[in-house]
Amino acid sequence: MDRNPKISIRDFNFFFDKKQVIFDLNLDISKNEIFAVFGPAGSGITTLLRALNRLVEMTSDAKAQGEILLDGKSIYSENMNVTDLRRKVGMVFDVPTPLPISIFENIVYGPRLSGIRNKSELNDIAEKALREAALWDDVKDRLNIAAMSLSGGQQQRLCIARVLALKPEVVLLDRPCSGLDPISTAKIEESLIQLKKQFTIIIAPHNIQQAARISDRAAFMLLGHLIEEGTNEDIFVKANKDSRTNDYITGRFG
Amino acid sequence: MNLTAQTREKIAKTFIWAAAVLVLAVLTAIIADILIKGLPVINFSFLTEIPRSMGRAGGVASPIVGTVLITLLAVTIAVPFGIGTALYLAEYTKDGIITRLIRFSAESLAGIPSIVYGLFGFIFFVIYLGLGWSILSGGLTLAFMILPTIIRTAEEAIRSVPLSFREASYSLGATKTQTIFKVVFPSAIRGITNGIILSVGRCIAETAAVMLTAGSALQLPSSILDPTRTMAVHFYILAVEGISAENAYGTAALLIILIFLINVVANMLVNRFVAKGR
Amino acid sequence: MALALSSISALALITIFIIIQGAPIITEVGMFNFIFGMTWAPSQGEFGIFPMIVGSAAVTVGAVLVGVPIGICCAIFLSEFAPVSVRNFFRPAIQLLAGIPSVVYGFWGLLFIVPFIREHLGGPGLSILAASIILGIMILPTIISISEVSLLSLPRQYKEGALALGMTQWQAIRYVQLPAAKSGIVAAIVLGLGRAMGETMAVIMIVGNSVALPQSILDPVRTLTTNIGIEMGYAAGEHRQALFATGIVLFIVIMILNATAQYITRRK
Repeated sequence: MDRNPKISIRDFNFFFDKKQVIFDLNLDISKNEIFAVFGPAGSGITTLLRALNRLVEMTSDAKAQGEILLDGKSIYSENMNVTDLRRKVGMVFDVPTPLPISIFENIVYGPRLSGIRNKSELNDIAEKALREAALWDDVKDRLNIAAMSLSGGQQQRLCIARVLALKPEVVLLDRPCSGLDPISTAKIEESLIQLKKQFTIIIAPHNIQQAARISDRAAFMLLGHLIEEGTNEDIFVKANKDSRTNDYITGRFG
Repeated sequence: MNLTAQTREKIAKTFIWAAAVLVLAVLTAIIADILIKGLPVINFSFLTEIPRSMGRAGGVASPIVGTVLITLLAVTIAVPFGIGTALYLAEYTKDGIITRLIRFSAESLAGIPSIVYGLFGFIFFVIYLGLGWSILSGGLTLAFMILPTIIRTAEEAIRSVPLSFREASYSLGATKTQTIFKVVFPSAIRGITNGIILSVGRCIAETAAVMLTAGSALQLPSSILDPTRTMAVHFYILAVEGISAENAYGTAALLIILIFLINVVANMLVNRFVAKGR
Repeated sequence: MALALSSISALALITIFIIIQGAPIITEVGMFNFIFGMTWAPSQGEFGIFPMIVGSAAVTVGAVLVGVPIGICCAIFLSEFAPVSVRNFFRPAIQLLAGIPSVVYGFWGLLFIVPFIREHLGGPGLSILAASIILGIMILPTIISISEVSLLSLPRQYKEGALALGMTQWQAIRYVQLPAAKSGIVAAIVLGLGRAMGETMAVIMIVGNSVALPQSILDPVRTLTTNIGIEMGYAAGEHRQALFATGIVLFIVIMILNATAQYITRRK
């Protein structure tokens, strides 16, 4: 058990209007690990990820109960600045979401907002982020073309680079490879394994194989309840304590 | 009469095609008539001289100036209000009494006939505020008239910006205001511009409301408190009072060309401007 | 927020000022006498607008009879039959139709429709019929674009389901697509009504403007809008108030039409 978890979720419940989508969730996520949260559709995983950077508040009638602590500080407390939180907890979505501006402008969008104006500093940030997301070699000669003109896999790596440029502490990835081909997926997974040295990564994988391939620890959720959590080996190699986890992993439902 | 499905199908299709052909034929007839008789009238002196002897001779320089000033004024005033309202409706509120009231007002304003705008502009701007028949009164009246068009088109454009753009922006630490100005507006600019073009077209074409508020003076205005006449009003007076069919045709041709050009040029500008980000 | 209230304030201002100006004369001559009075003689202080109400109703209904069938056929043509190239040409053409100033329509009607009616059908030419035809053309863009949008926004399954059941294309349109798009089309018609009733300048030029109850569609009439448009230029005192009162009647009818259209579209 990690004494100083990066993120600590305590008795967390979540509601859309009157419908509860997450029930009494308790979960610790350590620094520098890749933590996978998986389960069938409708398990509350996307909501959980979006609760971690409070993006879920964009939906009306969303209500959180309980605590989520980042480095021991509650992210739902009064004095938490939401935009600061979102810079610390970056997010990559299930479909690539480049903004309708150039590649370069996409990367420096966040840094600019945080007040960086110096051109060479922005250039450095962009190059570093693109290298970390394994996209630099693809685009270094055409940083000023529209981000929308990249391929799907490149767009998704751009979105990862865009998050990295914020120098976040945690990176949330919500089924980041669901629409991508195997080669792009492999590239992204490779960079994630590199990146966990610097960040804490929480991923909702689009399938169990991905969870098994890259996670250090994993949690299985079903209909808003946490069923089981443990190390990669606990969950994917050994026989599971809970038969529902086993059934899901072996493909009996889901 | 008992017709087979195939016969009915043929009859229906014939009618539908006939309707389409008819509409195009009418449009062509109107435009061809105006352009054929109007274009020969248009030349350099027609564009640069002010009307003489009530419009029987001379050109349309002062109506052109009047049209441009009134339109500019109306658009400049209506655009900030219209876009502000659209933003409020699309971004800042859940559905409530205020949004419903705003929407009802905007839709009602859109249906009010221009002559009623004219009556209002006359009593409010010309008489009550004491602005007289003037470019200012006309521009303000038209600003009221085009407000609903700008609200509706801008709201549609803002709503059609994908949620993913906003989410991406928020997730990168942008505030609501930053997101609106850096992401939502640039993405909605095409729709907003279309609404503005539509409004410019309506201002240029409007007759009733301007005639009651801006007057029908033929001189070049020296300030926005001077009365003026727009090209549409000039055309109406020439045509109805039988002053000069020739100059009426010339003015009408100019109006149609102007409206056509504004559409084409604005579309080109928007395409060029927007193409960069896509 | 302050900007957002502009539309409410605008509507309120317009309503208040028109009513303040027009209401006194209505109370003076009496609501009934004003609306059902047959004589409009401002110089003698007689203000009855019934002939103009009839005139407005006549040209508006006429416009709908002319514009709606053609408009809906065009909408069906655009959404179902037109080849892409024709459609790409047709849509901007409709926009252009909407952009032509109303005075130009009136002028064209005066030069072509009015003489045609006079020579072939009789009467002075300046008539309900002439106004109906021109207004019918003028409301086409409204009818076509709104009907087309509501036809295009139907789920594709409606049409495919109908065709899969062995219906012909026309049967699918007639029995499945048109009924499904009904609320949009009805809203288009109501908006068209409002537009036709509110039009002023084009109508002034071709409707004849005589204040009398018409006996046939070849007779001239005066409408509520043209009454204001013609006399506002020189009216003063009670006469001007009576024109504002005419405006109130017009305003109320149009607001009812608008509210109906809004109600129909929202109900979906």
